[in-house]
Amino acid sequence: MKYVDEFRDPQLIRNVAGEIARSVDPNHEYRIMEVCGGHTHAIYRHGLQDVLPENLRLVHGPGCPVCVLPTGRVDDGLSIAEHPGVILTAFGDMMRVPGTRGTPLELKARGADIRMVYSPLDALRLAQNEPTKHVCFFAIGFETTAPSTALTLLRAKALGVRNFSIFCNHVTIVPAIRAILESPDMRLDGFIGPGHVSTVSGCRPYEFIARDYGKPVVVAGFEPLDLLEAILMVVRQLNAKEAKVENQYRRIVPWEGNMPALRAMSDVFELRPYFEWRGLGFISQSALKLLPAYAAWDAEVQFEIPGVRVTDPRAAQCGEVLKGVLRPPQCKLFGKECNPEHPVGALMVSSEGACAAYYRYVRYEDDAANAQPVTS
Amino acid sequence: MDILERPPGEVRFRDPQIEMAHGAGGKLTRRLIEGLILPLLRNPVLAPLSDSAVFDMNGVRVATTADAYVVKPLRFAGGSIGELAVNGTVNDLAVAGAHPVGLMATFILEAGLRGDDLRLEVEAVASAARRAGVAIFGGDTKVVEHGFADGMYVSTFGIGTVDPRARLDARAVRAGDRILLSGPIGDHGITILLARGELDLEADTLVSDTRSVLPFVDALLDSAAAGLRWMRDPTRGGVATALNELASECALGIAIFEDAIPLRDEVRGACEILGLDPLHIANEGQLLAVVAAEEADVALEAMQAVPGGERAACIGEVRTAPAKTVLAHNGYGGSRAVDMLVGDPLPRIC
Ligand code: SF4
Repeated sequence: MKYVDEFRDPQLIRNVAGEIARSVDPNHEYRIMEVCGGHTHAIYRHGLQDVLPENLRLVHGPGCPVCVLPTGRVDDGLSIAEHPGVILTAFGDMMRVPGTRGTPLELKARGADIRMVYSPLDALRLAQNEPTKHVCFFAIGFETTAPSTALTLLRAKALGVRNFSIFCNHVTIVPAIRAILESPDMRLDGFIGPGHVSTVSGCRPYEFIARDYGKPVVVAGFEPLDLLEAILMVVRQLNAKEAKVENQYRRIVPWEGNMPALRAMSDVFELRPYFEWRGLGFISQSALKLLPAYAAWDAEVQFEIPGVRVTDPRAAQCGEVLKGVLRPPQCKLFGKECNPEHPVGALMVSSEGACAAYYRYVRYEDDAANAQPVTS
Repeated sequence: MDILERPPGEVRFRDPQIEMAHGAGGKLTRRLIEGLILPLLRNPVLAPLSDSAVFDMNGVRVATTADAYVVKPLRFAGGSIGELAVNGTVNDLAVAGAHPVGLMATFILEAGLRGDDLRLEVEAVASAARRAGVAIFGGDTKVVEHGFADGMYVSTFGIGTVDPRARLDARAVRAGDRILLSGPIGDHGITILLARGELDLEADTLVSDTRSVLPFVDALLDSAAAGLRWMRDPTRGGVATALNELASECALGIAIFEDAIPLRDEVRGACEILGLDPLHIANEGQLLAVVAAEEADVALEAMQAVPGGERAACIGEVRTAPAKTVLAHNGYGGSRAVDMLVGDPLPRIC
């Protein structure tokens, strides 16, 4: 497969991994955060920790939109589905996220009309096909998915579709990174910048990380070779005592971002003064809401949203994991009360969540050392 | 008779309600069956929970199996519900080492189903049965009100005699045994996903792999019966779920080599885009087999010689540890644990 095979070439991967091993200072521990959930998933999926030196630790950041959505917002969204005549639509990732009264899939099994869609445009199409119903789209995601929500709203307005609304939970990544950098338990050496988000927002928004906090940032793609190259670039900056923003994902990410997408976003969204992130608490100007001109399509205006606040179970340490203070198996609930079938925290739900990825892909760690290969 | 004199066991199933995922073939399905159905109905024939029940009838080893087919849409590239019903039932018998003798088919029809559509499906049943060399002995027809079924459901029962050469038992699996796979995985599941038309993805060249796996079973029995330990057709839940079940039954570790797993580009592409793992995607015409190392090469050659088995491959081996775990190794030294499917495969967003 073109564009994929080139970035999974075993020889090239071994070469870069070898180069990383030669470049790191054995007396120093490197802690590099991949901000994006897609990267977390790819790292586990390809077993990249196996090819990295022991003193280089990848720390999994807050970049899974499902994981950072507080339970209260899930409850709020699900309350919309309880209005008669409403079809609530959501991405596949959302369907297993638990609210206090169950997951969207469980509510659906009890009779609520909740459907999975692959894009907000599918939800709009559903609204056009079901004129007697109201279709609400439970929007989540970073700058990666926000433009498609924006374009869908622009189209809904242009077509005059009135039985359609958006429950907006879009968040932006930069304030979350800033919150982590400001956190007192922060001990990171550098960042791997998100690939998909940056296709929209470009690389400029990360300049403050290098300038104000002296940490290198390398925006990376999602294939094994992309990630290893980006790690090598971070290590090289650290060795050279440099801190700048670099773009490893040049084949996709334009430095200045994607202007039409950014314009569509600014046409329909404004920043919320503050928004709650699971594990990170309230972060100012970190989320988007619809502009008043779109109130007719804003589920928060159209429905009485209870505005629930739910504190996470006390033993759940999602916040520490999100900030990279703890590794998933260090959470007291990991693999016991909290597992992919019965997730307590959202990091266990989405396949991009650090805990779910860790549970799925590396849980065997202790045993693996004893594995006896029968063949070489 | 001993089979009937078992008191019911303890029901451990606590899920408050049934969800779609309980039917998806992964962990939840297993919890439902082991936690509720098995304890209440338990007997020694049912206990192994294989796709077929194998028992002795007047000196003959007999296998029986029952299945129900609910698929939307009724027809898809490369097959249809009628064909699936026959092939699936034949395959459940085949992986028990049995040759089918006869099938029963029950049609549950939704009022409003077009007569032409029904005729096409009965024809599909007939021709698939002919191809597998098995007759339809009987069945039933029921009609339910409009809105109570997706057009039609087909429920089947199959009976066959077990080949005397087949000695299949997961507990006979040993470290060093090889894992053979008959061909590319995921074709059926991805074809169905695309056929629902909910995704703006196309792969004109992709068709379901629905077929009878009997020719593969025959090839294995003819070439390596003594070393043949275990077989399964990896349907719902995919190769990952079938191998996890094997790992827990034999209490050993399964190592698979990702580069060796046959996979079509279209399936790989769709899985990349949707964030799905091809190892979790359903197949309807593939066979997984565990064969002793000494006989693995001849067994593999025999599978490759079967028409449609050209891409059969050795995809892994059994190891002592980590026990009850399936580990996938890639070509550059990375590895990951492959879990059973939890619920339905759900696409990721970004
Ligand atoms: S194991 Fe569960 S509760 Fe603990 S951090 Fe992970 S998701 Fe949160």
